[in-house]
Amino acid sequence: MKFELLLAAFDLKDLIGVPLRASVSIPTIVFALGAIGLNLHYGFTGLLNVGMVAFMAAGSYGMAIAFTQGVPGGILVAMVCGLLFSVIIALLIGIPALRLRGDYLAIVTIAIGEVMRVSARSQRLINITGGPFGLPSIEDRGNDVSLSDRIGIDWNPLYDTENPTRSFDVLWTDIFNFDAKALWLMIIGWALVVLMTILVWRLVNSPWGRVVKAIREDEDAARALGKNVFSYKLQSLIIGGAIGAIAGIIRTLDNSFVQSEQFRPQTTFFIWTSLILGGAASKWGPVIGAAIFWFSLQFVEEAVRQLVENDWIPDWLIDSNDIGRIRLIMMGVMLAALMIWRPQGLLGKKEEALLDVR
Amino acid sequence: MSAKSSCNPSSAAKEAAAELLATVDPQPGSKKPDTILTVKEVTRNFGGLKAVDVDYLEVQRGIITAFIGPNGAGKTTFFNLLTGFDEPDTGKWQFDGTEVGGMASHKIAQMGMVRTFQLTKSLGKMSVMDNMLLGAPNQKGEKLSFSLLRGAWRKQEADVRERAVELLERFNMSHMAEEYAATLSGGQRKLLEMARALMASPALILLDEPMAGVNPALVQSLLGHVEALRDDGVSVLFVEHDMDVIMGISDWIVVLAEGGVIAEGTPAQVSKNKKVIDAYLGTDDGIAADDGRTGADAQ
Repeated sequence: MKFELLLAAFDLKDLIGVPLRASVSIPTIVFALGAIGLNLHYGFTGLLNVGMVAFMAAGSYGMAIAFTQGVPGGILVAMVCGLLFSVIIALLIGIPALRLRGDYLAIVTIAIGEVMRVSARSQRLINITGGPFGLPSIEDRGNDVSLSDRIGIDWNPLYDTENPTRSFDVLWTDIFNFDAKALWLMIIGWALVVLMTILVWRLVNSPWGRVVKAIREDEDAARALGKNVFSYKLQSLIIGGAIGAIAGIIRTLDNSFVQSEQFRPQTTFFIWTSLILGGAASKWGPVIGAAIFWFSLQFVEEAVRQLVENDWIPDWLIDSNDIGRIRLIMMGVMLAALMIWRPQGLLGKKEEALLDVR
Repeated sequence: MSAKSSCNPSSAAKEAAAELLATVDPQPGSKKPDTILTVKEVTRNFGGLKAVDVDYLEVQRGIITAFIGPNGAGKTTFFNLLTGFDEPDTGKWQFDGTEVGGMASHKIAQMGMVRTFQLTKSLGKMSVMDNMLLGAPNQKGEKLSFSLLRGAWRKQEADVRERAVELLERFNMSHMAEEYAATLSGGQRKLLEMARALMASPALILLDEPMAGVNPALVQSLLGHVEALRDDGVSVLFVEHDMDVIMGISDWIVVLAEGGVIAEGTPAQVSKNKKVIDAYLGTDDGIAADDGRTGADAQ
């Protein structure tokens, strides 16, 4: 009886629909891609990269700056610039830090992430990065086209000139209702998620992947068998970083603007959360983890919001301003519970997690 | 040590080694007929402590050479230096005629000088088979550019796997090929590490305390494998504490104390050397006591 009463307090369609929608939307794609890259770094190579956001920023800013500065070849070349910038960042981090023990990489990556964010917002770079304002509309000033128009209109087969505000109600449920640009980006994004998952999976199941996993287990053992550990770690850092840069690029294509506060360290931690939730070193773990991350976050938010609005929770305890924080607290509780009862994550192998105790 | 079947004193290789070594002068730094490793003036200091200070040392090809010495004699440090896992303060050494001093550890390994570790480094979250496959050198599929082209490395992978199966068979580990290496016992890990090193087809294998922490029943089988290596023409260099083990299987013994080589010789020669006895048991006036051969002469 109590349970039914409680159910009556909720608008079930929103309670399930809003988080479901979030779990297929662009933020999930962005986190999934970031987690796939991080999975190669941490799950397979054992690199403690605590600065995934640096690679995302490299992708985003690299593309946005190249585009606004009018790089010849337009948006595709701008994307390649974003990827190249992430490779440069990987080399900058990797060459000094990968020669040292793992913890140093953690320190360097978290620092580089912050260095990039703070540099991007500095006044000195205002003509390039837009400083604290960022690049609010990413426009190629020379050719008078915006990134948003290119992706949203020119190159979008779903865009309808007769009916520019047309939206698509996928599955006719009203839950998955997206406009043409969002849906187009989601299709590209999910295709990339699948592609990158398969790419990483094929890499780690090749002899190359065997070496990389050996490095994760014990660098010295790999070295004693004649493997150039440094070179493998650098390769892994570059590939995973480039996948992170793709995440950043997708996010910027969606937002149509780039600003330094999008790259705060918490993004890195959320991506870590996604990876751990889904299960490090598993094939689809990063993707499932990212989807569950956003689902849970939105679910808790929606549930608390409905309870507060319907006065099931008194205002003196939680009011509508607290919801954003409550959802993060719940996320932390969930993660702690997961670590206790399912340390391998949802898709990880239990045997492997237990073997950790050496 | 009561020599069981595995310690076969009449093996042809052992006799050949004994014959060869009979001509060698049992002195620190003596010349060998056919050296695989030559070490010159290698030193390594940790702060004020001279951990390794080896003037000259030659290691004979095709035999089992043991490094012995009391705790803190610098055996493992010397091993680390030779294999590029630590950098010496001074010194050079040649492996098979090539200068390898100062080379990166993986390059030294690629040249055919492969080591194992005192604390076994089995790769726990990989299967025993993957551990083995990792050992094979020059794998095309280990290059990033080929890794995605399965066709480019499938054939080599099959060959490598075949070799791994053979070696696992020889080490009686075939039944655990698909187990995680972390589930193996300490002794089995030592076996795995040795088998994995063999996948690299080394010319010289350096075993750092291969018997440490292994239960006595398995020691015999491990010893058998070490001897089999020699019989197959691999040069073996190993560090060990247990004198019984050493006397049983080594062809030549190098005694280290306080970082330097204080004696060399066949097991019989070394066991009668006064310097060696002093180093192990300790004397009032330390290892610089006297000539050191008096013990042997007195017999």
